[in-house]
Amino acid sequence: MPPDPAIGRAIPRREGVAKVTGRARYIDDLTLPGMLHGLTVRSPVARGIIHDIRYKPGVPWDEITIVTAADIPGQNVVALILEDQPYLADGRVNHPEEPILLLAHHDKHMLEEARRLVEFDIEPLKPVFSVDDALSGEPVIWGDDNLFKSYLVGRGDVETAFIEASIVVEGEYETGAQEQLYIEPNGMLAVANEESGLTVWGSMQCPFYIHKSLAGLFAWPLERIRVVQMETGGGFGGKEEYPSVIAGHAALLAWKSGRPVKLVYDRAEDMVATTKRHPSRTRHRTAVSRDGRLLAMDIDFVIDGGAYCTLSPVVLSRGTIHASGPYFCPNVRIRGRAVATNVPPHGAFRGFGAPQSIFALERHMDRVAAAVGIEPDELRRRNFIRPGQVSAVGQVMRDQVDMDAILARALELSAYHDKRERFARENQSGRTRRGIGLATFMHGAGFTGSGEDLLASVVTVEGTAEGRVRVLSASTEIGQGTNTIFAQIAADALGIDPDDIEVAQPDTAIVPNSGPTVASRTCMVVGKLLETACRSLLKVLVDSGHLSGAGGDVRAACRAYFQERGAPRASSQYVPRVGARWDDERYEGDAYGSYAWAAYVAEVTVDLDTYEIRVDDFVAVQEVGRVIHPVLATGQIEGGVAQAIGWALYEDVVWREGRMANAQMTNYIMPTSVDLPTIRVHFEEVPYEGGPGGAKGIGELPMDGPAPAIANAVAHATGVDVRRVPFTPEALAQLLEVARV
Amino acid sequence: MRSWLAQHEMRSAKTLDEALMILAAGDVAPFAGGTDLMVLLEAGKLPKRRFLDVWRVPELRGITATDDETVIGALSTYTDLLESSIVAAAYPLLCAAARETGAVAIQNRGTVGGNIANASPAADLPPALLVYDAELELASVRGTRRVPYHAFHSGYKKMDLAPDELIVSVRLPRPSGAQRQSYRKVGTRRAQAISKICFAGVVEFLPHAGLPPEEGSRTSATGGGSRTIRQIRIAFGSVAPTVVRARAAEAVLRGRTVDPQTIAEARRALVEDIAPIDDLRSTANYRLTVAGNLLEEFLS
Amino acid sequence: MSEPLVRLRFRVNGRAVDVEAHPMARLLDVLRTQLHLTGTKEGCGEGECGACSVLLDGRLVNSCLVPFIHAGGAALVTIEGVADGDRLHAVQRAFIACGGAQCGICTPGMVLAATDLLSRNPAPSSDDIRVALAGNLCRCTGYMRIFEAVVSAMRGGEAT
Repeated sequence: MPPDPAIGRAIPRREGVAKVTGRARYIDDLTLPGMLHGLTVRSPVARGIIHDIRYKPGVPWDEITIVTAADIPGQNVVALILEDQPYLADGRVNHPEEPILLLAHHDKHMLEEARRLVEFDIEPLKPVFSVDDALSGEPVIWGDDNLFKSYLVGRGDVETAFIEASIVVEGEYETGAQEQLYIEPNGMLAVANEESGLTVWGSMQCPFYIHKSLAGLFAWPLERIRVVQMETGGGFGGKEEYPSVIAGHAALLAWKSGRPVKLVYDRAEDMVATTKRHPSRTRHRTAVSRDGRLLAMDIDFVIDGGAYCTLSPVVLSRGTIHASGPYFCPNVRIRGRAVATNVPPHGAFRGFGAPQSIFALERHMDRVAAAVGIEPDELRRRNFIRPGQVSAVGQVMRDQVDMDAILARALELSAYHDKRERFARENQSGRTRRGIGLATFMHGAGFTGSGEDLLASVVTVEGTAEGRVRVLSASTEIGQGTNTIFAQIAADALGIDPDDIEVAQPDTAIVPNSGPTVASRTCMVVGKLLETACRSLLKVLVDSGHLSGAGGDVRAACRAYFQERGAPRASSQYVPRVGARWDDERYEGDAYGSYAWAAYVAEVTVDLDTYEIRVDDFVAVQEVGRVIHPVLATGQIEGGVAQAIGWALYEDVVWREGRMANAQMTNYIMPTSVDLPTIRVHFEEVPYEGGPGGAKGIGELPMDGPAPAIANAVAHATGVDVRRVPFTPEALAQLLEVARV
Repeated sequence: MRSWLAQHEMRSAKTLDEALMILAAGDVAPFAGGTDLMVLLEAGKLPKRRFLDVWRVPELRGITATDDETVIGALSTYTDLLESSIVAAAYPLLCAAARETGAVAIQNRGTVGGNIANASPAADLPPALLVYDAELELASVRGTRRVPYHAFHSGYKKMDLAPDELIVSVRLPRPSGAQRQSYRKVGTRRAQAISKICFAGVVEFLPHAGLPPEEGSRTSATGGGSRTIRQIRIAFGSVAPTVVRARAAEAVLRGRTVDPQTIAEARRALVEDIAPIDDLRSTANYRLTVAGNLLEEFLS
Repeated sequence: MSEPLVRLRFRVNGRAVDVEAHPMARLLDVLRTQLHLTGTKEGCGEGECGACSVLLDGRLVNSCLVPFIHAGGAALVTIEGVADGDRLHAVQRAFIACGGAQCGICTPGMVLAATDLLSRNPAPSSDDIRVALAGNLCRCTGYMRIFEAVVSAMRGGEAT
């Protein structure tokens, strides 16, 4: 008899016991005999020409391994989209904390002293720190015009619509950088020698990104390089592309010293030197009819990419496509630009451009509603895109989504209308003001456009001698529950118990390239491949004669097959979606296979003595296709909402001369357990046939809604027109003081 | 961890006499719970190379009360303050401050003496100590002396504490009279936060004619009696190079009746008492505005 | 002035140990590198995140802020000492059942803070729970599943 379906059940987390007992092994828990520690010596200035490097006395320099750009055997390039970022600065530096050289020694603390004793002679060049200076080329610091990438997408005739419109609303919105702040800092351990090649263990989201980059760094064939993911203490995008850099550094030190080298950042270094969320500036110009229908949206979206390109074109792409939201508008023009500045490169962080453009849009929509004279929720209802209608980038929306129902649920759960009216009344007196605000949005899962086609991800499953089935994929467990949901998906596809599923550690030597663990794709895209691979495995067993068919004993079949001819295996590779149409040149078509849809509501109290803003209650309603694991899915939404509340109210990166000045947890503020409200999560399910069990991707979705919902709530509470996040008490005090005068 | 341990030394003292002799020999700094100094160790920014661990010196511990004063040993932790019935009964603002400091793990290790000697203008206990008219007992091989806490900090990170001296205890007068008390810390978040501004206030109102004053003191209690101030002490943290008593504001308020005009005058006087700055956590404007708001909230 | 290293005897998870280290070495480093108890984690080195929490003479402390010299004669409990052999503590079972651990890096410290709370206050209110865990930062969960785990452990149950 087949076991109960695992999908939809809250089975225990795969690595749960290891994590609650302290037995889970993260990279800093690993040591190898003869291991050295590595340290990175970084640029003290934002931009300049390196004329000299001096090693001052005070430590035994003859014992210390030193690596500079000159030691690189292959290409001094961090492989990503462009080839502009060096592993080690060679003659020029382009951002503060840019790596210039590497040190290794067995005494980690003596090495810190050595780092202090390295002196650089750098002739400073004029740096660019603002988006406006970058756009005006004052000076040009990258390429011909400081522009990593630009897009111009849209449809219809925006200009005519503006001429004819009776109501036009304009606004400019800004978002600041955000540090991912995974509690485990970046770290790698490398072994490199002529005989065995290169092996790197570490904290990471994407083993094959590292794999490819190391091959170029060493000019070695891929087979000589092996990358293994250790238990990873949080990623959120901060360990998507950055690990290639630290892996390369550890590898270079291992190569030069002939010893294993462990390179683990402390918190200060991780915060000041690694990637952050791209800061953004969005300008909206919206034409709307007197009865609240969107007639035209003209959107200018700019993100600050930092000194090197990294993933800015893709962050820009996602932010651009999401900039006009879950609405239908016949005339849309979205211009997106990613510019270069002399700060450490910005990179992937949950949401990946969408939180930035959605903050601007959803805050703007409330202002549009006010201009029309209708309530914020009514404006949304009059403009939600419906199945069959065409999006801003020309996608015919096939999701059978009912945004009215999703919104209605959120309003009901939060008692929105009652509070909207009641707070307005109660706010006439007292030293606090209360407000309630909403945001409605969608988030596309998987890589944009033809991205998944190009990745052509593969998942393999194989039967073991004991009759279990092992999943081989590159998808990493970083807390979101990959191991557990893969066990559920595979178990149901095979008709066996999830306890009989093993999920192999992501090790490039043994797993196929399933693509990176990013873009809310692990469950939906890779999970679907897993489902089909399992079905293929069943066919292999049936064809071999060891499995009778539906309801047969799969475990026994695996054992028998294994005895006869070795492990039964099957793979599944991603094939382009049937009927999907995408034009990379014009950047239009079916941007995503499916979207998750959401309505969020935030309730706040503002203290008029201290200007502190507290979120008292938060409701998150989303339609996600299918909830694979109710506890894990709820945990993803709660965690994403918490990070977004942090971004909205607390997490301010203070920049001084292009460097993060508040690079300690004492001064970069994420919420504690006493700062966050109860977060109430509700799921709707409209199955998506492209996802396993009907599931869509949800990892990034919860990052999009909270900031604008909170901004709208603060505006409701105080009348203040919030235009940027983080929105701090200091900012509120200033706006209220100005209002008083 | 960026310090090179080979460059540092630490030894422990088992008695106060032993500690004082080691301090007298010079070139060594006291080390108590470590919640400030270990952060500097991590950053590679310890100001000294040699340390004297006083964690086990018994004469520095204990909280006792006599008729005239309460003695709080310098090694009393925030948790000791929170668990002391003496402190809870007589000095509720110290409890309020201790609760606002860090979180449980910090409260278990941070000490009163360490908080004072670290001399940060953003420290959480000092505003409460100021409004309670605290006195410090300092000791060295040359003897002991007392310093009123309000005279202890002379400038940013400057104290009336000789290199060979140790803070032994904090002494607080026993409370008298009916008092409204309030402590409010505004941090960057509600726990584990350095204060952006911190307020402590103790006020005694004149009784209505013919009515006795109410016994005891309560935090933020509305005292019985009139709206005329007999005695008031106000202190702020994070708005000047040291923690400060707002003496100009106090002078305006002493003997006056609390009404909108008096409050406005006190707010204006407050500007003389404080000198807030822009820093990593907040702005001068915010601190100035909120200082006035907290004072007004206290008086209303 | 003094010998650079000190030799101390203390107890860790009920077991007597004898360790030599620099007096100012962080207790966190002594636990991880000399005693090979890698369950206690470093998240910030500044006493902000609580990933390094241990019990020192029955009190929750940040081991990154405790100098080795304070360990002499002390009784320490680390995450490795919370379970009773193979029998998980109620808090650990609840964390698994309620989804209190996602990436797991904050979990050892969080579990210790939760067991410390319940040992002092067997029936904490939801505010008590929030305050007790305020020194343990979690970036993954938003704390909701963790609160639920503590409530579940308090009630002696496995899941809500």
